[in-house]
Amino acid sequence: MNNSSILNSKIFKPLLISALFLLLCVKSTLSFSQEKAAEASEKPFDPKEVVFEHIGDSHSLHVLGETVIPLPIILYTDKGLEIFSSERLGLHHEEGHEPVVYKGEHYSYKLEGNKVLAVNEAGEVDKDAKVYDFSITRNVASMWMGMIILLIVFSSITSSYKKRAGKAPKGLQALLEPVIIFVRDDVAIPNIGVKYVKYMPLLLTIFFFILINNLLGLVPFFPGGFNLTGNIAVTLVLSVIVLIVINFSGNKYYWKHIFTPDIPLWLYPIMVPVEIIGIISKPFALMIRLFANITAGHIIVLSLISLIFIFKTAWMATVSVPFVVFMDCIELLVAFLQAFIFTMLTSLFIGMAVEEHHH
Amino acid sequence: MELVTPNLGLVVWTTISFAILLFLLGKFAWKPILGALNDRERFIEDSLSKAEAAKEEMSRLTSENESLLKQARAERDQILTEARKVKEQMIADAKELAHKEGARMIELARVEINNQKSIAMADVKNQVATLSLEIAEKVLRKQFEDQQKQDDLVSQLLKEVKL
Repeated sequence: MNNSSILNSKIFKPLLISALFLLLCVKSTLSFSQEKAAEASEKPFDPKEVVFEHIGDSHSLHVLGETVIPLPIILYTDKGLEIFSSERLGLHHEEGHEPVVYKGEHYSYKLEGNKVLAVNEAGEVDKDAKVYDFSITRNVASMWMGMIILLIVFSSITSSYKKRAGKAPKGLQALLEPVIIFVRDDVAIPNIGVKYVKYMPLLLTIFFFILINNLLGLVPFFPGGFNLTGNIAVTLVLSVIVLIVINFSGNKYYWKHIFTPDIPLWLYPIMVPVEIIGIISKPFALMIRLFANITAGHIIVLSLISLIFIFKTAWMATVSVPFVVFMDCIELLVAFLQAFIFTMLTSLFIGMAVEEHHH
Repeated sequence: MELVTPNLGLVVWTTISFAILLFLLGKFAWKPILGALNDRERFIEDSLSKAEAAKEEMSRLTSENESLLKQARAERDQILTEARKVKEQMIADAKELAHKEGARMIELARVEINNQKSIAMADVKNQVATLSLEIAEKVLRKQFEDQQKQDDLVSQLLKEVKL
């Protein structure tokens, strides 16, 4: 039996995949242990801090171990624009330490949690200063990485479509073509109907944007390990886009259904407000669903890993790691499922708005 | 609470980034990809319908061929039958002709034979007559050498004559 037959055997592939998963989990465990090794001796391990540090945003990009990339901080204050590196505010902000104060052009700044606050001479928070934070945070950076991956992948696919026009798909093209066809034939066409063509770019972009960021979020080290699609700001933007698209494509039947439904007149005071709330609540549900699903998954995985540090024994890993592997598998499913559900419901709502009624 | 409070900066960056992504992918990826997919699907559908048409054409041709073949076979059979009929006719005609010819020739032969026979008979008769006359002459000559016998005969003949 030679090597190639081992590689090709059916048992080997699942084994390889699970081994990879295990490796990923152990790696994240290791980086945690390095980070927390010094701290553990001083004070009790706080899983909440670790979990929320991951779930939330940050002004620096954690690569691996002690390697941290500072990110630019962009502030719009009432006195003007401020741009500086987050290194100036200290990369390792730890509790108990006095936060580093950076004196900028207009104000002095310090970091409190993830918030950049303006401080006065005495080092106290300046309530009068208006500071809007437009920094390239960890989530923005990860979103751009996801976008770059999408652009590279799809430009290569596009070129192979042009090169192999009329031929059978191959390679990456063959991998993603069924997904594109799935979005078109099983998501867009059954829900929207004949007018689906106009909405295909939006639906495909939403689907692949959510999918790539969900998947990147599952990778425990650089260039992943973010919680972008589990961030309320991101899901808010996506659902607001959906809200705008739904209401701008709504035809007269859609608006008639909201403002003058076919019901007795005395029901109008109840029904019309309910319908108007419905306009908002549909995208709102999309926003909460994606946010809660992804965040919950990340919290569970991190909590399971944290168990090792709570119990302060490596033996706990024998329990935690299999559970984390299991959760990662579920999260992999959830990553696809949530991208699918978001796109599915978006097309369903668009379909309801563009539907022609024949009374 | 911080978890569910959208960060303004991230909202702005996400909006800008998503708009750019939507524009870029829409223009440079989705349009050509969906176009290519549509083209290919149409091509496959076309090819299938063409194949179907070709199949129909094929079966039509086959049935046409078959009918032609059947027709040709029938024609061949007909020709063969006719040829056989003609052959039989010809044989019959020839037979009849030969028969007639034979009969005619036999008739001719018979006539000739009869002719020859009558000629021969006449000849024979002549010769017989000549011979008989000669014999009679010779007998008479011998008979009538003496006078007595002549007178007897004359007298007998005279007696026989009844007047």
